[in-house]
Amino acid sequence: MLTAVLSGFVAALVLPRVMHVLPRLQNLLWIAVPLGLCAWFATKIPAVARGEVLRESVAWVPSLGVNLDFVIDGLSLLFALMITGIGSLVFIYTSAYMKGHRELDKFYAYLSMFMASMLGLVLADGLMLMFVFWELTSISSFFLIGFKNSEEASRKSALTALAVTGVGGMGLLAAAVIAKSAMGTDSLEALSASGEILREGPLSGLLIALVFLAAFTKSAQFPFHFWLPGAMKAPTPVSTYLHSATMVKAGIFLLLRFSPGLNGAPLWNDALMIVGGFTMAYAAVTALFKTDMKSILAYTTISALGVLTFLIGIGTSAALTAALVFILVHATYKATLFLVTGIVDHETGTRDVTALRGLRKVMMPVAAAAVIAALSSAGLPLSFGFIGKDLIYESTLEFWGNGALNLGLVLTAVALITNVFLLHAGFVVGIRPFSGKMPDRFSDLHLPSPLMWVPPLILAVLCLLFGLVPALLESGIVHPSLAALGFEAEPALKLWHGFNTVLLLSGVTLALGTAVYFAVRPSEKLEAALDRWAHISPETVFRKGSHLFRLFSRKWTLFFQNGYLRYYVLMILIVLTGLIGSRMSGAIDLNVNILTLLNLSAYEIAIAILLIIGITVTVFTGSRLTAVLGMGVVGYSICLFFVFYSAPDLAMTQFTIDTLTVILFVLVLYRLPRYLKLSDMRSRARDWVIASVFGFMLTLIALAAVEEGTNRETSEYYADNAYLLAKGKNIVNVILVDFRGTDTMVEIVVLGVAAVGVFSLLKLRLKKPDVK
Amino acid sequence: MSPQLIFWPVLFQLLLAVALLFLWRKVQVQRAVSIAGSTVAVVLSAALFTLTLRDGIGTVQAGNWPAPFGIALVSDTLSSLLVLLTSLAGLAVSVFSSASVTGARLKFGYFPVFHILLMGLNGAFLTGDLFNLYVWFEVIIICSFVLITLGTERKQLEGAVKYFTLNMLASIIFLTAIAVIYGLTGSLNLADISIQIAAIENRFLVEIAAVLFFVGFGIKSAVFPLYFWLPASYHTPPDAVSAIFGGLLTKVGVYAYLRIFTLIFAGDAFIRELLVTAAILTIVSGALGALIQNNLRKVFSYLIVCHIGFMIVGIGLGTETAYAGTVSYLIHDIVVKTNLFLVAGLIFRVKGSVSLRDIGGLYKRYPWLSLLIAVPLFSLVGIPPLSGFWPKISLFGAATETRSFWVLGALIFGSVLTLIIVAKVWAAAVWKEPSGKNPPVKMVLFDQISKERRILYVLPIVLLSLVSLYIGFGAEHIQEIAGRVAADLINPDAYIEAVLYPAGKSSP
Repeated sequence: MLTAVLSGFVAALVLPRVMHVLPRLQNLLWIAVPLGLCAWFATKIPAVARGEVLRESVAWVPSLGVNLDFVIDGLSLLFALMITGIGSLVFIYTSAYMKGHRELDKFYAYLSMFMASMLGLVLADGLMLMFVFWELTSISSFFLIGFKNSEEASRKSALTALAVTGVGGMGLLAAAVIAKSAMGTDSLEALSASGEILREGPLSGLLIALVFLAAFTKSAQFPFHFWLPGAMKAPTPVSTYLHSATMVKAGIFLLLRFSPGLNGAPLWNDALMIVGGFTMAYAAVTALFKTDMKSILAYTTISALGVLTFLIGIGTSAALTAALVFILVHATYKATLFLVTGIVDHETGTRDVTALRGLRKVMMPVAAAAVIAALSSAGLPLSFGFIGKDLIYESTLEFWGNGALNLGLVLTAVALITNVFLLHAGFVVGIRPFSGKMPDRFSDLHLPSPLMWVPPLILAVLCLLFGLVPALLESGIVHPSLAALGFEAEPALKLWHGFNTVLLLSGVTLALGTAVYFAVRPSEKLEAALDRWAHISPETVFRKGSHLFRLFSRKWTLFFQNGYLRYYVLMILIVLTGLIGSRMSGAIDLNVNILTLLNLSAYEIAIAILLIIGITVTVFTGSRLTAVLGMGVVGYSICLFFVFYSAPDLAMTQFTIDTLTVILFVLVLYRLPRYLKLSDMRSRARDWVIASVFGFMLTLIALAAVEEGTNRETSEYYADNAYLLAKGKNIVNVILVDFRGTDTMVEIVVLGVAAVGVFSLLKLRLKKPDVK
Repeated sequence: MSPQLIFWPVLFQLLLAVALLFLWRKVQVQRAVSIAGSTVAVVLSAALFTLTLRDGIGTVQAGNWPAPFGIALVSDTLSSLLVLLTSLAGLAVSVFSSASVTGARLKFGYFPVFHILLMGLNGAFLTGDLFNLYVWFEVIIICSFVLITLGTERKQLEGAVKYFTLNMLASIIFLTAIAVIYGLTGSLNLADISIQIAAIENRFLVEIAAVLFFVGFGIKSAVFPLYFWLPASYHTPPDAVSAIFGGLLTKVGVYAYLRIFTLIFAGDAFIRELLVTAAILTIVSGALGALIQNNLRKVFSYLIVCHIGFMIVGIGLGTETAYAGTVSYLIHDIVVKTNLFLVAGLIFRVKGSVSLRDIGGLYKRYPWLSLLIAVPLFSLVGIPPLSGFWPKISLFGAATETRSFWVLGALIFGSVLTLIIVAKVWAAAVWKEPSGKNPPVKMVLFDQISKERRILYVLPIVLLSLVSLYIGFGAEHIQEIAGRVAADLINPDAYIEAVLYPAGKSSP
């Protein structure tokens, strides 16, 4: 399994490099990758049908509990076959669709990387591992949506899609971490096996919410759906593969994986039914107003994803069977319609359904595929879609049987509305462009390469085949998948259930849908009508929201980073004062004995007064020279204190330094002008208050520190050993050059560097073009 | 391990700088010596790191004065790891400088000062002495000041004044904190202080000292709301300088936080809450700031702030998982941030601009370069399994363990915005068609310089990208190291024991 997953990544890395060696085999080599994988997965069907679960485990980062644990059960096999099967067809199609594109290799590489990530996602057992691949699908999708990267719209859509799915991705990571740290495991198998932890364990509410966030963003549920229509800027093979058949179903897959554990938790079912139900109806109705084939398909895809969410929300055995079948139904007919749209676009240069008519005359096989797909989407008897639709109605009607009449009615009605509009949309894309009279400008068109029209035709045939012989899927795929979801195999999938309510509903859907199709012609007017509501669409809300967010970011950033140094200093001092203040207020325990402090001698008072005068002069003078002299007085006063407090060594050193500093300052500042007064009274008053409070606090701290007896072990050691061991009589000197000689050496280095800096400041002038 | 080896990462850089000073005007020789020397430095630090991993904590006493009286240098896993990363980043930047820094700057002592800066960083990581740490900070500040001003452009000076003033303020606050601690314990040796501080009865002063350290180091590590100097100055010097700044300067602050708040103030709940709150706001402010910038260098500068929050939050949560997250993020971040500024330098050389509006079309012109810069960019985002992803598991886990949902929210917020910002940068630099705007006249662009110089531009980015890829794909190894550091931080007894009672001197 690991090899299967990795092969796609390896292909993406290696194949583009070897292409120039084997240019003729280029497409074949690429197509061989998904085809081979599909065959490999197909060989697993018998084992899985017997109820086996295949596992493979390779240690990766065990310290973080992230290991390559892969599992093939019914559900992952269903997805894996879909990913590789549709992948093969899309790869084949691409070889003709993108023929001659100079970045074909890059395109294939991204697709291949995506396929590998998607396989990893569905095979992963651990949520954390699933997240790894989940992000990789998002990023491949980003590169593919932005593939036509010279177009601004493509770039914007790629960013939007990444942003929306990125939020969900982080939600999934958080969910994985929560599962691991609060519930003890992130293995999906273990989690779903003991639903109790999931339902009642610590943080389960948060976990469920995060799973929803991840699933709803990835699977484009309202109100996160808007990235998906934008994603249609990608080349059609991408839309087919990622944004309809596989990647957008990753969210559904996640929900399915959690469903055995959470089914029955009220938050789970209700939320899914509401979100899914609303999304499916909303998107199906929206599709009615669109005229671009890809837009219509995008909205019907959203609607289909809504249907799936809705069915998982119902959560009965019938509903989950319906979901599983509908995943396949949708994948087959929607992929067909997308591929057909790509052909139409490729040949005619337009995707506007108001302009496209009668194309059957020039591309019959394409038309056949399209019509079959449209009928399957409509759920016409004998098509695969019929079985899917039946099962959906069956699951909504179950409520009826169970006495929840009203709920059953509402759900059935929502399903009916959705199906009617989905049918309409399917007809508009699959039938309308090919029926009617062909405009003359299309008459010289001809059928494209079979590489393009065979893949959709194969899918269309599958739509019919599975419809006629549903037993093909039953024991191999659907029943094992259902078993993976914790249900016994249901009665067989049937083509014909006899005359019952379900059949009646199917009939009503067909009749209504066809009526709508004939009554409502797609037109620009309709589209304009929808645009009138654009100002309240989630997309607009998102755009406005992100605009406001940017405004806020600007305000916030410029508030703190306003460019003025004085403000920065002020802010730092306020923070420091505030923090010290809040700690002081907590436990003020200042053991300061005022009396001993006031026991001052005359010379102490004299020096203190000198010091205060020095500071005052420094702060209030308008001349730099006077300020420097004031600082000199302060320095000398401190030295005098050292003298009186029996530290003559220190005083000597300090006198020298202070004298030097003053002389140097005078030399440097001599030519500078007087200070300018730029601040007004108010800001000066503010600064004065802050400075005073700050000074007061530091004084308190100093007093408290003085009162605290000091451990003199170190200084005594220095005093005892300065002469004995270090052979020096001046303790300060010995400390500076021996006990802590490293400090001194490094400080000398600092001075040296400063000298280099001064030299360059004075001498180095870059010539203009030389800048940087 | 021979204890003298601990000196060498420091001493060697000093000797290198002295040698370079003697080659003052011989620019070409300076380039060669710097690159060769940086390579030797990598070997030395790698040796120190592997030996420390193998033999445990090593200590050496300067001048052979026994601890706690002299200055101790300590090489534990965290210190030697950071020294190794410093040397790696140093090598990359040295190579990049040899191609990108103009001859005029090189003639005014660029390389000597650069190597003294590296010495300062190594010293700060290795010292076991509080005041000595202050002295190394002085070295770092003066060297960064000289490197910022070198060239004397107007905007350089403006940035430098802000940088210097605020960092000096930080140093003064740091010094005040040292004074308080020295007043209380009479000691400057970190291990000794760690033991003594518990016995101090005046908790008020201890708590005040903790606050002073928080603010002092907070300015250095660019924590909200003390980060002003960083966005004001990082975009002004040559990109090679920004690279070493972006990779390492703020990390010294983070390192100091890690040491001080685990060794000395481990039990201070107020500080923990403070760290967490500040970290959350740091993440938010950095992300918001990066979102609105148009200058690539400023985008990266604000992202530094944002991700500093990721590391500080781990220190604040203070569990073993959280420390492991912080340390593994530190490893990832040093490499990737250094690399990003190098990438900015490369883009500037290619397009003559770093404005997101003007650059573009990188892919069309240089597809291989685009692929190369994708590595640091997407590693930064943490697209799994690249390097930025793994620390997030630990950090998210720590937030969950401690039920700190604000932290979880902030981490998600920061991650998503980083993703969006990087995608935006990618779209602007790599995808978009180039704007019609011409690069500055007379600027020599990438395709006009010699092939050798082009290689020197690209090689360091390749080197750091490979390291990033290793951090991502060899995550297990990195996690083992981070886990070991985290265990040491939670239980610092081994550190204290190694410093105060080295082999031969029995513990009490």
